[in-house]
Amino acid sequence: MDSIERNKKYNAYVDAKKPQTKNFPTLIYAYLVGGFICMIGQGIQDTLLAIFPTMSTESAGAWMLIVLIFLASFLTAIGVYDRIGVFAGAGSIVPITGFSNSITSPAMEFKKEGIIFGLCVKMFTVAGPVIVNGLAISVIVGIIYLFL
Amino acid sequence: MKKSRKQTIVFKNAPKIIGNYTIVGQKEGNSNFKNYFDYVLKNDLFGEKTFENAERKMLEHAIWNALDNAHLDSKDLDLLISGDLLNQIISSSFAARQFDVTYLGLYGACSTMAETLAVGSAFIDGNYFSKVACATGSHFSSAERQYRFPLELGNQRPPVSQWTVTGAGCTILGDSGGDKEIVNATFGKVTDFGINDVNNMGAAMAPAAMSTLIAHFEDTKTTPEDYDLILTGDLGKLGSEILMDLMENKGYKLKENYKDCGQMIFNNNQKSYQGGSGAGCSAVILNSYVMQKMKEGVYSRVLFAATGALLSTTSSQQGNTIPGICHAVEIRNCADKKEKK
Repeated sequence: MDSIERNKKYNAYVDAKKPQTKNFPTLIYAYLVGGFICMIGQGIQDTLLAIFPTMSTESAGAWMLIVLIFLASFLTAIGVYDRIGVFAGAGSIVPITGFSNSITSPAMEFKKEGIIFGLCVKMFTVAGPVIVNGLAISVIVGIIYLFL
Repeated sequence: MKKSRKQTIVFKNAPKIIGNYTIVGQKEGNSNFKNYFDYVLKNDLFGEKTFENAERKMLEHAIWNALDNAHLDSKDLDLLISGDLLNQIISSSFAARQFDVTYLGLYGACSTMAETLAVGSAFIDGNYFSKVACATGSHFSSAERQYRFPLELGNQRPPVSQWTVTGAGCTILGDSGGDKEIVNATFGKVTDFGINDVNNMGAAMAPAAMSTLIAHFEDTKTTPEDYDLILTGDLGKLGSEILMDLMENKGYKLKENYKDCGQMIFNNNQKSYQGGSGAGCSAVILNSYVMQKMKEGVYSRVLFAATGALLSTTSSQQGNTIPGICHAVEIRNCADKKEKK
């Protein structure tokens, strides 16, 4: 039998047979956990503004991000964040805490191969594409903005 | 000259299984087979600094203790055949440093247990060696960092994924002694049905298992009913269902005597989706549960067909499909064979 034809048939058969991700419950979990992380962020910002009344909302926002990044990094280090991730999926990946986790986890993992060639090189294996795309798109947007 | 038919070689001086040992990680120590394993690690690092070193140490431990189980010293051993999943099979080769014995490193991915048994048996059958150790192992954490993501990354595993077993198993083959023997071995062909989802190993390996099982049944003129147990390596739940469908299409119906190590090993509460995988998966089930049950007389004729997915991270990132391989060995209780004579 023609192997291309056979492979096509087999792939179609496997696709039909394999279990699918349950969309509805995973959406709910992601929504709840993602929303909860944002709520914590808002809480941190409001607390900062309450303690330092002279602080601008913008710099309170920046401090809030730093606190969230630290918290996620800390939770990654003590082995909690990946458990949240298994449950929450995109809910804990999309917020800035997910970004923090994606840098901390490879840094921890590859420290065993040395500081320079392990930790420093492998640190961005997961987050690298985000940084590259973020930079590239910001340049494009900047150029468009220049002509507007 | 015992010229064999096609893929199967039949052993004239059937090699005996004279020693076994298994060592597993904590998760496996809580699995369905916890009472069968010889040693359960208290910590997955096994007192080492890295998971790769832990994997090497598990292999060493399994080989030493299997020798002990066979009442042998490493001086009595003629050949060590071993393989694992890490790049350049470092665990096996590094473990072999501990033994003053000739060494062959084999790579068959998760099919390594059957591959080492088949090759080792051929050496004994040909009277070249009299004691051969066949070993393999895998470690969840070292496999994960080589093939997938960092351990602490908060990602979700897809429902088709499997969980690499932390464990190592060793079988000692000898030309005499022991109550079980390997009567024949079927070497597999690399089979690729065009699956490129790296998470769906079961679907990638099932066609290879089908190819080898059919070759075995045809070459030995047997049917699935002739065996007390047909055991595939690590197809997992989905993969073994696919294999049953594939076999049925070819006219071989696999019934209750068909089991899969990956599907069996973890219980439903262990969140391993389609089950276990890795070279250690079939190695620890074969060397603990199956050997024990054969000793008890529950099984007397077992077809052990370990399956492997022969991919690398580079090949899959470059968009290649996943080739599979499956090797099979038939194990029998010696007493049973005498009765049938």
